[in-house]
Parts: sequence; structure tokens; C-alpha cells
Amino acid sequence: MEAWVFSNIVVAILITAAVGLTGVVLRSRMWSNAFLSLWRRRRVAIIAIGFYVLVALLDSVSWVGGEQFGEDAVAKYQAQSILDRAFAGIRERSYSAPLASVEFYGGAPLVHPGRHLLGTDLLGRDVLHLALKGARVALLIGGLTSLIAIPLALLFGVSAGYFGGRIDDFVFFIMSTLASMPGLLLLITLIMVMGKSTFSVCIALAVTGWVGFCRVSRGETIKLRELEYISAARALGVGEMRIIFRHILPNLAHLVIITFVLMFSGLVLSEAILSWLGIGVDGSWGQMIDQARDELSRDPIVWWNISAAGSALFGLILAVNFVGDALRDVMDPRTLREGE
Amino acid sequence: MSRLLSVEGLTTRFPLAGVHVPIVDESTFAIDRGEVLALVGESGCGKSMTALSIMRLVPKPGRIHSGRVELLGRDLLGLSVTEMRAVRGGRISMIFQEPMTSLNPVMRCGDQVVEAIRLHDEVSRKDALARCRELFVQVGIPDPDARLRAYPHQLSGGLKQRVMIAMALSTRPELLIADEPTTALDVTIQAQILRQLLELRREIGMSILLITHDLGIVNELADRVAVMYAGRIIEQGERTDVLGRALHPYTQGLLRSMPALATPGRRLPEIPGVVPSPAEWPMGCRFATRCQLAEDRCRREVPGATARSDNHVASCHAVEEGRAQAPAGGEPEGAAR
Ligand SMILES: Nc1ncnc2c1ncn2[C@@H]1O[C@H](COP(=O)(O)OP(=O)(O)OP(=O)(O)O)[C@@H](O)[C@H]1O
Ligand SMILES: [Mg+2]
Repeated sequence: MEAWVFSNIVVAILITAAVGLTGVVLRSRMWSNAFLSLWRRRRVAIIAIGFYVLVALLDSVSWVGGEQFGEDAVAKYQAQSILDRAFAGIRERSYSAPLASVEFYGGAPLVHPGRHLLGTDLLGRDVLHLALKGARVALLIGGLTSLIAIPLALLFGVSAGYFGGRIDDFVFFIMSTLASMPGLLLLITLIMVMGKSTFSVCIALAVTGWVGFCRVSRGETIKLRELEYISAARALGVGEMRIIFRHILPNLAHLVIITFVLMFSGLVLSEAILSWLGIGVDGSWGQMIDQARDELSRDPIVWWNISAAGSALFGLILAVNFVGDALRDVMDPRTLREGE
Repeated sequence: MSRLLSVEGLTTRFPLAGVHVPIVDESTFAIDRGEVLALVGESGCGKSMTALSIMRLVPKPGRIHSGRVELLGRDLLGLSVTEMRAVRGGRISMIFQEPMTSLNPVMRCGDQVVEAIRLHDEVSRKDALARCRELFVQVGIPDPDARLRAYPHQLSGGLKQRVMIAMALSTRPELLIADEPTTALDVTIQAQILRQLLELRREIGMSILLITHDLGIVNELADRVAVMYAGRIIEQGERTDVLGRALHPYTQGLLRSMPALATPGRRLPEIPGVVPSPAEWPMGCRFATRCQLAEDRCRREVPGATARSDNHVASCHAVEEGRAQAPAGGEPEGAAR
């Protein structure tokens, strides 16, 4: 299957899931109250995240054909996303400053003067376009990695905490082994072994990133295991698996959500560091920053590339952290339940 | 009356500082059908562990070391895990000390009881819900329909304990183990719930193993009493015998320290010394360190059971040798049931 078809399907699934989730949230007074109080506290951050998500979705729906622009022969056969189409046909030949009408070096007139809000890069690509495209990559890295890391952490953490004994020893052994290796070194090794691709970067980030939440969920499970409703369930003859799925996991849900949000920003930042080392994901903000590195030493300085990527990255991280911070208060089980 | 549960030589050990300490040591007692047996003793003497051993739910690293637990002639300690699971909640139910944390906070009360019902009976959700509502009425929960949909935090402690009782009774168990079911509640609610339990016992015809350290409750509810001290049952018998003609020096001391028996305005007589911790239990009689009648033999030899009458047994050298104090105690005020 072509990558773009897959991407379209994923978007369709995500939208369906979002609609379904909204339905669930609206029906449960507990969750809708939680969301409302979150909205009241972090309106701006939520809108900002919504904007990033929207841009990412616009960059994820793509198809081949339609009206083609530019002189690039290959482009005709490549899938173009909605976002690409919005920025199509305004390619320049080299650097130009934001809203300039001439090239930055040499002063040759631009083909599309005044059209580049954030200027163009070395190859004449619109920087605003590139910065917006970074949103999809960032969300993909954060989302996909969490999707791998969190279930992994839950699986190990909950079974270690619940069953204890040998299983606990085993999980602890894995965790301490991972924790005793320098994270960055492990990341680089894993990516080198698996080859450079978005997916392998996500796996590598997940492998190095699950330990923290594993520890948290293990501890929380140990705490829950000792509570009397678990003993009561056992005294009623409820089986172990059922206890885990009905009585332990639902009580970890708030932790999962909080961890997801807080982990997310950390992952996007990690990718930037990987890009700086040259093993990041194509099209990420980290890569833009990496490429703009020596532009900073030029005279006159080419500042718009790195600023665009940097602010886009900064904006997302800030918004996510703000929401995550408020989420911690909102999702506190005590306040969560009082809201009803 | 026919025998429902008989426990023989039940020993549950915990490794403490490298030594296997018998937290429950050679416990022997029995419960007849429809009977309330009260298990009394100070905090930490192993009452809960006895109950958990019967259910085979001893927490790690503890282990049932030896003994027999027979329910209607079937040894529970020999059952497979699946068979035991069917016994738990099916034939034997248990309610716990702490109603505040005994219900899953993220599940509606009704759903939790329904889960318990459907675990043991193949009934539809709707039927289970109807039965659950009936149970709520039976255990005295006002406005049962609203309570079915409520989350645990919306209920008071007394209501939660009633939900727990409903859950425990949902499968019509033959034996209900109530581990200090009312300790966490205030006195009025305590009395209500206990009275309700007695009534339910009569309706359903179940037996109750009532764990408590409140002799007033024992006096009001129990048919028979077993007194535990430091992991051993040191005296047991009919309620009137144990409370009225206590043999063991410990039971006597316990009864003397009851407010109902004391002279108003005077300090309550107390048993000198403190309960030794499991790691420093003496080798002979465990009460020897605090007993005024203790002699060399008490510190060396574990006392065997001495029967005073058919049903009244105490484990004490002094009783055996006839140098114990005259049976002490007496029905506290308000003893009539
Ligand atoms: N996990 C454990 N490891 C080691 N010792 C334990 C453990 N759990 C309980 N014990 C010991 O078992 C003994 C009996 O505990 P148990 O809970 O049965 O007491 P209890 O009579 O029910 O007291 P209470 O009235 O306070 O509920 C205690 O002395 C305690 O120290
Ligand atoms: Mg106890």
C-alpha cells in the first residue's frame, strides 16, 4: 500500500475515534466535567494544540494528481497533501528574507515577491510551509511513540506490581539494565541497527522512554493491590485477570492520560536532539534547526529558518506542558469524582 | 445442629527476620449451621489472618503451613485454585474492616454487586440488577434505585458497608466472615448494621464468623466465643461460659477491663505489660510474660487444652493444675438479647 493511502486511512480512523471519544466524554458527567474545568483553565493552550492538530491533519490527507505546479517533473507523480497544495507553486531559487521581494544573496528579483511570510530556505522552499509540515512529524513522533511505550510500560509495570515475586524481579532487572545505559547512546545504537526511518526512531524512543511510566504504574499497582476492594474482589472469587482488567487498569486511567501528555512533549524534544545528531526524522523541526545551524554564522545572518522551526517547536511544547500541568490537577481522582 | 465449618490445627506462618513465625498457631474451632462464632482478641493477635487462611487468601510472604479447614466435610486446603474461587463468594463470603476502601472507586455500586452475582450465577444483567435492588432493600439501604447508580464516594461509610454486606450476601453464602465490620463506623450505625446482620442470618440461615475486639458486640451477637492471644486460641466455649465463667487469666483480665463491669469513677483495671510482637513470642505459654500465675512450666511448655465442661475449653497450665482464680466475669449490663 502506498504511504499516502495509509496515511489517509489513519486520518479517517483518528477522526472516527475522536468523534466516538467525544460521544463518550459527553455522555459521562465525570469526563465532561473534567474537560470543562480543563478548558476553563487552559483555553489558549488547548486552542493552540487544536491548531497544531488541524495543520497535521491537513498535511496528512493527500492524493496524487490534480492540478500540478512548478517545473518539477517528479512532483506530478507524487502525492500532495492539502497543505502542500495550499503552498504549491511558490518555489524560489534561494534564500529570501520574510516578505522580501529580492533574493537575500545577490538581490535578484523573486519569482513570487512578498508571498513568503517567513522567507525561503537555501533551496527556495517556503519556510512557513516547512514549519507547518513539521507539526505532522512532531505529532506522529509523540503519538506513535506513546502508543508503543505506554502499553509496554503498563504490561510490565502492572504485572510486576500485581504478581510480584519473580515477575517483579524480572521487570526490575530489565528496568535497571535500561536505566544503567546512557539513554542517548542506546537511542543511537537502536536507530543504527534498525535503519533510519520514522518508525524506527519511534521504536527507539519508546524503548528508552517506557521505563519511567513502568516504574510509576508498578508502584501504583502495588498501592492498589493492597486496597481492600481488591481483597474484597478476591474474597468474592474474582479471577486474577479480571481483577487486573476491571479493578486495577481503570484506576490507572488518569495516570495514563497524564503520562501521555507529559511524555509527549519530552519525546518531541528528544527527536530534536536526535536530529541535531543527524539521526532524526525527515521534515521535523529538529532537522530544520539542524540544517539552519551554520546559517547562524553567516553575515548577514539567516535567522528566519531557525526561528520558525524553533518557535513552532517551542509553541507546541509549551502548550502541551501547560495542558499537562492543568491535567494533573483536573485528573486528580479526588477532585475528578467530586465534580459529579 | 450440624457442623458447617471445622478448622483443625490451622497454622499460618510468616517469615520474620529469617524465622518462620506462626502468626496463626494450631487453631482449632468449629462453626455449626446458623451459629455466630465470635473471634475476639487484641489488635495484631491474628484474627484477620485466621479469616484469610480459611479463605486461602493469606498475603505473601505468608503461607498456610498445616492444618485442615473443612467446609461440610470437604477440605478447602486441598481444593484447586478454580474450585477455591467458586467457594469464595459462593459458599463463604467475607466483609472487611474498612468500608471506605472496600469498593472500587471507579465502578458504580450496582455494577459491583452485579459483577459479584454474575460471577457465581448465570443470570442476565437485568435479573442480576433486580436481585441487587432486592438485596439493597434487604440490607436497609434507603432509596435503592439511586444507590445502584451511585459511585462509592457518594455514599457514607455506613451505606458503603451495607453495599459490601449486600455484595457478600448476593450469592446466599453458608458462612459469612465479618472482619470487624463496624469498627470504622460510629456507634449508632454500628448497632443498626449488627442488628441487620443478625436478622439476615435468621432469614437466610447462614453462619457468621464475627471478628471483633469489642466484647459488648460479642455479648450481644455471639452464640459461641473463641478468644485469641498472640496467634493462639486460648479459650473457647458458649458465650455465657466464656463471658460469665472465664477460665483463662487473659480472658479474665480482658473482662475486668470492660467499662460495663467497672466501678464508675475508678480507673479501669488493665492487664499489665504489652502484647509481645510475633518475633519475640515466648516459647511456652505466650501469655506467660504478663500472667500473674505464671510459673516455670508456663514459660517452658505450651499448655494443652483443658476442658471444663463439654463445650468450654481453655489452654492454661494454671487451669489444668487447678490453681487458677475462680471463674470470673459475669454478664455485662444489657446482656439480654
Ligand atoms: N505481610 C505480613 N508480613 C509479616 N507479618 C504480618 C503480615 N501481615 C500481618 N502480619 C502479622 O500478623 C499478625 C496478625 O495480624 P492480623 O491482621 O491477623 O491481626 P488482627 O488480629 O486482625 O488485628 P486487628 O484487630 O488490628 O485487625 C500481626 O502481628 C502482624 O504483625
Ligand atoms: Mg484485622
